[in-house]
Amino acid sequence: MTNVYLDNSATTRCLPQVVEAVTEVMLETYGNPSSLHKMGVEAEKLLKKARRQVASVLRVEDREIFFTSGGTEANNWALWGTANQRAGRGRHVVTTTIEHSSILESAKRLQEDGFTVSFLEVNQEGLVDPEQLQQILTEETILVSIMSVNNEVGSVQPLRELSRVIRSRAPQAVFHVDAVQSFGKLQLYPKELGIDLLSLSGHKIHGPKGVGALYIRRDVQVKPFLIGGEQENCFRAGTENVPGIVGLGKAAEIAGEKLAANDRKLYHLNRKLREGLANIPGAHINGPKSPDAAAPHIINMWFEGVDRGEVLLHSLESEGIYVSTGSACHSRREEASHVLKAMGLSGEALTGAIRVSLSYLNNEQEIDYFLEKLTDVVSELRELGS
Amino acid sequence: MEQVLLIRYGEISLKGKNRHQFERRLLQNVKDALKGLEPRRIELAYGRMYVPLKENAEAVIERVKKVFGIVSVSVAAVVPLEIEAICEAALQQFNQVKEGETFKVETQRPYKQFPLQSPEISRRVGGYLLKNTGNWKVDVHNPDVTVNVEVRQEGAYVYTNKIPCLGGLPVGTTGRAVLLLSGGIDSPVAGWMGMKRGLEIVGLHFHSFPFTSERSKEKVIDLARKISAYSGKVKLYVNHFTEIQKAIRKNCPEQYYVTIMRRMMFRIADRICRQEEAKAIVTGESLGQVASQTLESMGVINEVTKIPVLRPLIALDKLEIIDYAQKIDTYDISIQPYEDCCTLFVPKHPAIRPKLEPVQKAEEALDIEGLIQESVDKTEVLVIYPD
Repeated sequence: MTNVYLDNSATTRCLPQVVEAVTEVMLETYGNPSSLHKMGVEAEKLLKKARRQVASVLRVEDREIFFTSGGTEANNWALWGTANQRAGRGRHVVTTTIEHSSILESAKRLQEDGFTVSFLEVNQEGLVDPEQLQQILTEETILVSIMSVNNEVGSVQPLRELSRVIRSRAPQAVFHVDAVQSFGKLQLYPKELGIDLLSLSGHKIHGPKGVGALYIRRDVQVKPFLIGGEQENCFRAGTENVPGIVGLGKAAEIAGEKLAANDRKLYHLNRKLREGLANIPGAHINGPKSPDAAAPHIINMWFEGVDRGEVLLHSLESEGIYVSTGSACHSRREEASHVLKAMGLSGEALTGAIRVSLSYLNNEQEIDYFLEKLTDVVSELRELGS
Repeated sequence: MEQVLLIRYGEISLKGKNRHQFERRLLQNVKDALKGLEPRRIELAYGRMYVPLKENAEAVIERVKKVFGIVSVSVAAVVPLEIEAICEAALQQFNQVKEGETFKVETQRPYKQFPLQSPEISRRVGGYLLKNTGNWKVDVHNPDVTVNVEVRQEGAYVYTNKIPCLGGLPVGTTGRAVLLLSGGIDSPVAGWMGMKRGLEIVGLHFHSFPFTSERSKEKVIDLARKISAYSGKVKLYVNHFTEIQKAIRKNCPEQYYVTIMRRMMFRIADRICRQEEAKAIVTGESLGQVASQTLESMGVINEVTKIPVLRPLIALDKLEIIDYAQKIDTYDISIQPYEDCCTLFVPKHPAIRPKLEPVQKAEEALDIEGLIQESVDKTEVLVIYPD
């Protein structure tokens, strides 16, 4: 059966080069980087190389990259570690209502710990307003955390403007960006944008699951989250996941090299998809109307007369097409997406939405096949719907 | 000290001529339940069964406790036929008792060659216990603890505990039935109750992918696995119900969706019954719980089959059903959010008291035979074993 995987923002397939690199570490270079002997040294060299690979994609220094168990840990650490490091200077934290739950839950925990958290609202396109940020910032603000690309609707936040606002209104605040959905896909350089902390993950860029990193600008202090070892320059305890880190490094290197070409390809596929949707009557897109404010790899859509995204998803599944409803993390729960709700959506736009997320490994034929089956499935569901 | 598990089965020993057959089935079921554990010879004597306990006694007891037909079990020490050894074993067992003030000793002596008679044995053991324990007193009428001694040819069995079991009849002794198994709370309980009365349960699940997910099927398999612990295995039919639901949706009036859907399910169950030589359909219906479970609905739905429909939960409240579900450990699986019957097909205002005639008329729009045949052809048959 045809297999069209369009759920690349949930996770991706590992590249063969990545698998090869990981396998090599598991079978051959399996020493503990902390060991004094040669095998330890060999493993340490691999870490160094991977750090270089990740750092160069971001155009930062090697020593500013700290490996973690993934995006969630990086996000948890960024919030907890910054807030607790800087609690003496102020207790105000700012984030948005459309963040990934690893940020939102961290923010709620900070509230429980006595911090004040402001949640910036977004407009109907899923975008934050820099003006609103300007009004909310105070002398007490120690941390601002805003995602780069939203995982459900693909809205790209105006980080440059947001950063400018922070620098002028609250220069004391640390600026954290959850870049899990944009690392290796969008040109995103922390030094240029004035970003202090940035989270990324391996398995969204055809690397392994269970590995990610937090970029911490050289002169920013973040309290360690995992303790009990001197790994990662004493900032993240625990024996390094060397195979995973090597896999992340390899995947980052490949993504970085092909960034411009991939970007072109994704824009092309995206345009094709949008044109195809325009031909389906009653099809709508949730998210930025202008492709400039939207990441090319994520499109959230809904169809008049189709009120359950889940049924649409399974109908496509029976045609060998894999998409998601909202983000994979909460689509197993019954509740509607907090992101779509924050965008003020209701009715079918909320409950009937599905997300298609592309990779540069997808091709035109797959988009054609998807559009063809989507058209059939939507009209069949409409026929069955009340 | 050597130990055996003594198994008592009450009701089946009352079954007159069938008793032998019932015992044989129970023996087989106990053997099946112990599959995978160290093999052992199970003995049947004097209306009881004796399972030697070697290693992993706990696992043996846990499994035996789930075999229907057993009223209670006891863990007995087996000692040589000497009164000293019996007294010593009794003391050891007695010392494990945590609570109580009074006790008595009860002796049975099927092995008449043993020199002491039952009352004498009881006296000797009782005296020994009084001498070697603290503040215990003898009370032959209402003792807190009973020390049992059984003198048999191969040795003396001494025990104080009695673990109550599930009772019922051995699975397979009353026939085979098809259980309509959804992913909900009720139907696994109904199946379990059917098993309790000796039925061999064949599960039938209606799967409506893509309107429900693969996970809802996995959930049903997990439920079947849970109840299979009480029967050794469960055969499960997963019927492809999607086309039927679509046809109903397209061709029938909305208020009858559920009634007609249930009638189609019963027709398929009827067919599976014939295929499986099953003599009944078991459902998890409880009177008045939902629109399809009113007397009128049940009447109209039942009309499509002549095979008896057993509804073990008919008089139970939801909370009582939940209690059972928790007891048999299916509750946590049942409440997982994967739906089994898509809300797409549940009308806002179902007919609560449908009448047969208009329903039959509405069904004329369907190619009933064709639809059933197609769904039966696409049915997947699985055999589920306990963990």
